[in-house]
Amino acid sequence: MNIDKRVKLICEDLQLFEDDLEKYEYIIDLGKQLDKLDKDYEKDENLVQGCTSKVWLIAEQNDGKVFFHANSNAKIVNGLVYILITIFSGLTAKEILSVDINVLKQLGLSEIITPNRQSGVAGMIKRIKEYANAFNKRG
Amino acid sequence: MYKESFDYFKDSNNVYLDNAATTQKPQVVLQAMNEYYTQYCANTHRSNYASANKATMLFEEARTYLKDFIHAKSEKEIIFTKGVTESINFIASSYVQENFETVIISMLEHHSNIVPWHMQGKSLNNGLYVVKCDENLNFDIEHFEKLLKKYPNSFVSITHISNAFGKILPIKQIISLAHKYNAVVMVDGAQTMAHLRIDVQDLDVDFYALSSHKSFGPTGTGAIYIKEKYLKDVKPYQTGGATINDVSFKRSILLDSPHKFEAGTQNIAGVLGFYEALKFIDSIGYKEIYKIEEELYLYLTKELSNICGIEFYNDFSQTMGSLSFNIKEINHEDIGILLDKQCVQVRCGHHCSQPVMKHLGIEGTVRVSIAFYNDKYDINKFIKALNKAIEILKE
Repeated sequence: MNIDKRVKLICEDLQLFEDDLEKYEYIIDLGKQLDKLDKDYEKDENLVQGCTSKVWLIAEQNDGKVFFHANSNAKIVNGLVYILITIFSGLTAKEILSVDINVLKQLGLSEIITPNRQSGVAGMIKRIKEYANAFNKRG
Repeated sequence: MYKESFDYFKDSNNVYLDNAATTQKPQVVLQAMNEYYTQYCANTHRSNYASANKATMLFEEARTYLKDFIHAKSEKEIIFTKGVTESINFIASSYVQENFETVIISMLEHHSNIVPWHMQGKSLNNGLYVVKCDENLNFDIEHFEKLLKKYPNSFVSITHISNAFGKILPIKQIISLAHKYNAVVMVDGAQTMAHLRIDVQDLDVDFYALSSHKSFGPTGTGAIYIKEKYLKDVKPYQTGGATINDVSFKRSILLDSPHKFEAGTQNIAGVLGFYEALKFIDSIGYKEIYKIEEELYLYLTKELSNICGIEFYNDFSQTMGSLSFNIKEINHEDIGILLDKQCVQVRCGHHCSQPVMKHLGIEGTVRVSIAFYNDKYDINKFIKALNKAIEILKE
């Protein structure tokens, strides 16, 4: 499934909620579906640059596709992390690098699209692209 | 009832409780800035036509008003800057670096009063000394005196009110003690002017950094008060247009203070807005501001104290404006997001005060910061929204 389709599916789910609080309760539930990262990975080198909530992100390449695993110490951020991983995992490094970040604006989640220095989520997209870039260079 | 003076609150559901980050701006401030841009927009201190003269005259009137507002002796002592951060960086670079080997700060400082000292190569216990706080985040005056004894002739740079916890420091006592040990004192007043009257002569402070945007004025404007006796020792931070008396390719002769410190075109609209903000504060009066805020702060602390699992980091004696807390086992950022979805604006994070957060063993807090235009309706809506957020996040 290409990235536009993935974003569209998530958008459709999020649009089911007229009430913002209900939408965020749903996002919290999404976060519960994240596979917990092994504690060994919760170290500084895997920490996404951001100030308040912590996000640890690792990536692996299998059969030419990149898969991300992440975890946060905040519940809503975990849900947002789940959404980002769902969008970016399983693509090739080249595909990830060619993603126009503006596509994420459709999600309507300001925590993801705002370039806030305080937010680990915004920094996560940058880190995802850095991983993709490294895999791409390795070939 | 004071919300009526602010267009921001018209037809708005927002409960704005992030006043320590920036306050809202009353309509008179916006109007003054608009009038400048639409009726007499011209550069100051240069041209001689009517609108330029008007702009210059009002700019200098703003300086005189600020001088009287903080009870400085002379206009020379008032230098306009971009704000508190620039004021501190200016004094750090142009005065402290050459003249002081040691700088003393408190544990409650925000990054603007920590990072500039690191940039000068001073680090903890190596040129930079930090006064401890007690378990209620009260400034430890005994520890301060110990540091002064060990490092006399230091530069002391201390916040007046903690941005994260609202603790008011005993600034007059700090200044007097510092002077006893021949130290020079700068006070970071970022959080003060919205709440308390500043009297630089009564405080006997040497440098005092002021913010416009945290005091109902526009962003990008502030000032530094420099006691007259230090004016000759402070070097200009930047130089250029409007700072000089005479220039040849051989040399430049600078003007006197304040102009030698204000290089290039100033934030004219900002200064004129700042001027109106000061007049606005005067029209209400600090007595009234204090009375409203004292009652509201007490109400806020009582309501918050009833919330199950709440954790505070200090008592509420000698506090004003800001208050920080966490809820057990809930991340502060999660709370912030859910408050925002209920139209309540607070700040969640470390509040640019990472060192004190690290000292407390936390990553951040939820910070509520009030201004005199807030009311019990705001607090009630905030408490209701907080309870809802906790209910969702505890599941």
